[in-house]
Amino acid sequence: MIELKDLKKSFDDKAVLKGVSIVMSDGKCNLIIGSSGSGKTVLMKCMVGLLKPTSGNVLYDGADFVNLNDKEQKAIREKIGMLFQGGALFDSQTVEQNVMFPLDMFTTDKYAKKRDRVKQVLDRVQLKEDAYKKFPSEISGGMQKRVALARAIVLNPKYLFCDEPNSGLDPQTSMVIDKLIHEITQEYDMTTIVNTHDMNSVMEIGDHIIYMHQGEKEWEGNNKEIILSENEKLNQFIFASEFLRDAKAMRTIQETGRIPESVQGGIKDAMEEKFNMDIDKDGHIGAPPKGNVPPKE
Amino acid sequence: MFRKPENARMYWKQFMLQCNDIGIGSLGIICIISVFIGAVSTLQTAYQLVSPIIPKSTIAQIVRDTVILEFAPTLSCIVLCGVVGSKIASELGNMRVSEQIDALEIMGINTKGYLVLPKILAGLVTIPLLIMLAMILGIWGGRLAGTAAGIIDPTIFDTGLKMAFKPYNVYFALIKSVVFAFIITAIPAFYGYTVKGGALEIGHSSTRAVVVSCVLLLLADYVLSALLL
Repeated sequence: MIELKDLKKSFDDKAVLKGVSIVMSDGKCNLIIGSSGSGKTVLMKCMVGLLKPTSGNVLYDGADFVNLNDKEQKAIREKIGMLFQGGALFDSQTVEQNVMFPLDMFTTDKYAKKRDRVKQVLDRVQLKEDAYKKFPSEISGGMQKRVALARAIVLNPKYLFCDEPNSGLDPQTSMVIDKLIHEITQEYDMTTIVNTHDMNSVMEIGDHIIYMHQGEKEWEGNNKEIILSENEKLNQFIFASEFLRDAKAMRTIQETGRIPESVQGGIKDAMEEKFNMDIDKDGHIGAPPKGNVPPKE
Repeated sequence: MFRKPENARMYWKQFMLQCNDIGIGSLGIICIISVFIGAVSTLQTAYQLVSPIIPKSTIAQIVRDTVILEFAPTLSCIVLCGVVGSKIASELGNMRVSEQIDALEIMGINTKGYLVLPKILAGLVTIPLLIMLAMILGIWGGRLAGTAAGIIDPTIFDTGLKMAFKPYNVYFALIKSVVFAFIITAIPAFYGYTVKGGALEIGHSSTRAVVVSCVLLLLADYVLSALLL
């Protein structure tokens, strides 16, 4: 289990993390979301030991990672796999060599066994064999992410960290990566922590969501709760676009049978005029539509 | 940097890879530079030695000593500062910026030990060998140019080479080359490893690494000459 206790991090005088306490859900996809500059990348770097927190604790199964010695930290690092924003594949190595690298470094297995394992994980991320001998510069961004994911899970880690896994990818490829992360989390029974601001990811794989705002944990919940949350800052972040606001309105109508106040105007008028619905002044719908309701002539 | 390696075989492989990059990779340029330096030394020495009382074999002596003492170690290493130094700085800089170093650290690998140390050790092994080769090729280039230009007969040149030869000069050159090798690899490795930012900063750090290592190399050249000669 990963637990953060009152984690603070400052750069010079600027406080980036202002006392964050979170308990990550075991065996689930934990998503850290927030706008740029909210501190989510710094939070992740503190968790994996790339940055030393100014104060606070990062506990892995009760052991405080920050205060462990090199040898003890190394033991925990062997349980961690990380998928970086840009993939961080080694330029001078082929896809196969990249994925085999952790096996070469940390196991004494024979080449044939290592090659089988590499094939197994590359198959799992749906990468075809003709890409094995290619260099990272010769494959697409989506493939690079899949190779990086394969490299991150090749040693069967207990914890998987993903920093902006969808950055630079088209929506379809992003969904493939999200799905892979979610499936792999369940298959390998890992605790996955994903840093993202992609709302599709939030809705698809957000078993446990932490919303960061100006270096603080502002909200915590899951992908079912987030859409109905009344937290103003969270709503400003996730419903920045009209499309998403409408989506929330539709979901709220579905869940509660009433139109939320924030979006009553347009939707209320449309429903009254186009769908001939009876809506009272508080937004309650008298007769919710069932199936396709023909528009008013 | 000096922690026990996670896997000695992988570190050895990395060391050999760096020996190939630094040593074999610089072989061509070192050969070309050395031959021409020797050739030019012969022509210019002959041009200045106009007195009939100075024997022709003196040209060979002067070429030998200047090549061994200064041209082979110092000039070759200044060129290596550019060739090897910029490569090390940009390679490590790119690895830093593209989070490859972070990826290694998260795996629990001692990145300084795995990425920087093999480069320094490979430099310490291969650069003195390159300098020895540069000495031989420099003198050979001088002999070739002297003969081709009709300035000095090859047998007289060979006689001159053996006259008043001090083996200490070769030791001195090798001591210099070891110190220079450290400068050529360690300074760019530092600049590359600590780079922050993007592609522009990699370029800046690479340039800074070459400039700083060149200046330090010249300074070390002066200090070593003052101390050891």
